[in-house]
Amino acid sequence: MCTTCGCGHGDTRIDGAALGHEHDHGKPDLRTDTTTAAGAAVYRHLSVGATQPHRHADGTWHSHAHEHAGAPARVASGPLGAAHAPGMSASRIVQVEQDILAQNNAYAAANRQAFADCGIFALNLVSSPGSGKTTLLVRTIDALRDRMSACVIEGDQQTSLDAERIRATGARAVQVNTGKGCHLDAHMVGHAFASLDPHDCDLLLIENVGNLVCPAAFDLGEAHKVVILSVTEGDDKPLKYPDMFHAADLMVINKVDLLPHVEFDVDRAIANARRVRPDLPALHVSATTGEGIADWTAWIEAGCAAARAAHDADVARLRRRVSELEAKLATDSPRA
Amino acid sequence: MRSIPVSPPASRSVVHEVALAEGLLSVVEAAAARHSATRVHTVWLEIGSLAHVEPEALRFCFAAVTRGSVAEGAALEIARPPGLAWCMPCGERVALAGLGDACPVCGSYQLQVLEGEEMRVKEIGIG
Repeated sequence: MCTTCGCGHGDTRIDGAALGHEHDHGKPDLRTDTTTAAGAAVYRHLSVGATQPHRHADGTWHSHAHEHAGAPARVASGPLGAAHAPGMSASRIVQVEQDILAQNNAYAAANRQAFADCGIFALNLVSSPGSGKTTLLVRTIDALRDRMSACVIEGDQQTSLDAERIRATGARAVQVNTGKGCHLDAHMVGHAFASLDPHDCDLLLIENVGNLVCPAAFDLGEAHKVVILSVTEGDDKPLKYPDMFHAADLMVINKVDLLPHVEFDVDRAIANARRVRPDLPALHVSATTGEGIADWTAWIEAGCAAARAAHDADVARLRRRVSELEAKLATDSPRA
Repeated sequence: MRSIPVSPPASRSVVHEVALAEGLLSVVEAAAARHSATRVHTVWLEIGSLAHVEPEALRFCFAAVTRGSVAEGAALEIARPPGLAWCMPCGERVALAGLGDACPVCGSYQLQVLEGEEMRVKEIGIG
């Protein structure tokens, strides 16, 4: 683990290079208690059995069950117990009230802002290994080639095979190798995105590590998680791995050209997914034959148009503000 | 990277719990540093019943990632707030034991999760 910023996965590599920390990467500020006013830490004396008489290091005995700051008295179950020996500070409890994922979420928010600043529509593609994510990406980039520019962040534990497949389409791609890591996190994606020089891109496709469990918990800053389920996997996957389908905003059912050969009930798969994520939209595609790809690219183009419109509105607002400030400067400037 | 024992609890998806434990440790370390604490003896957590984490796996990983840190040997006290959802057909808040379960009142799956997904550090005991 990095001792500078606390991020995990010391063996993460981006296009083969270690994710080093000699740089300044805007560490998210975790210093501020979210719900505790500065200096309002709750101090409580702790003892093993607060009302039990106990002997202090000076030889005196007494019993007490008192507290400070109006918080209810509670006995710490930690190993310290009574800490009244001279020279030792009293053990105390301080409020924290922070999400375990606070650091990842702060990086994700920074990524989301970076995507918005570029007017990029970002998707986080999640699935089991072998669902056809990379084949779908290659097909998608080809289908959109004349209409927009896409870039790709590829996540895998090892090898740059997927990034090479993407680069063969002419699209920019960066490979993140997570080593033993089972998912991409927002910190890795921030670095990978910066290395892509993405300012003229409309679409960022993030292919997460093939894993239907872990990537569900990690926001990367994407507009949507898209879960890909192939018909060779079984229509009960949404119930077996509910967290992933619960976190998704779109389900793409891939390899539908194989439906005649497998026992996969499309309607049942959709019904199962909607048990954990009501109204989850679903698309049926075959990345191999191209069936349904037009619906998928239309969904992407609508997202890109919305991202671009939001970006353009932001730029127009900033331009107006610059004009206002320039006008004000012109009238307020002292004359020579 | 701190060394992590190679024998996780059997049959659990333990790997993302390592990352969660590292996230937990970074929150705890930052809070301890704010209060100039040299030792954290207890961490009180809230892990909702619907949260995407296996508490026992998190406990195991936390013990591993805290070695050599201010929180080495700290006890993890985990509260499990129940799942709560908004049932659209009922128009009411209902209990939800797990994702994929039906509304206990009307049997619908049109449920919007309201509570039970949280993974929060509530307090730490220092000193």
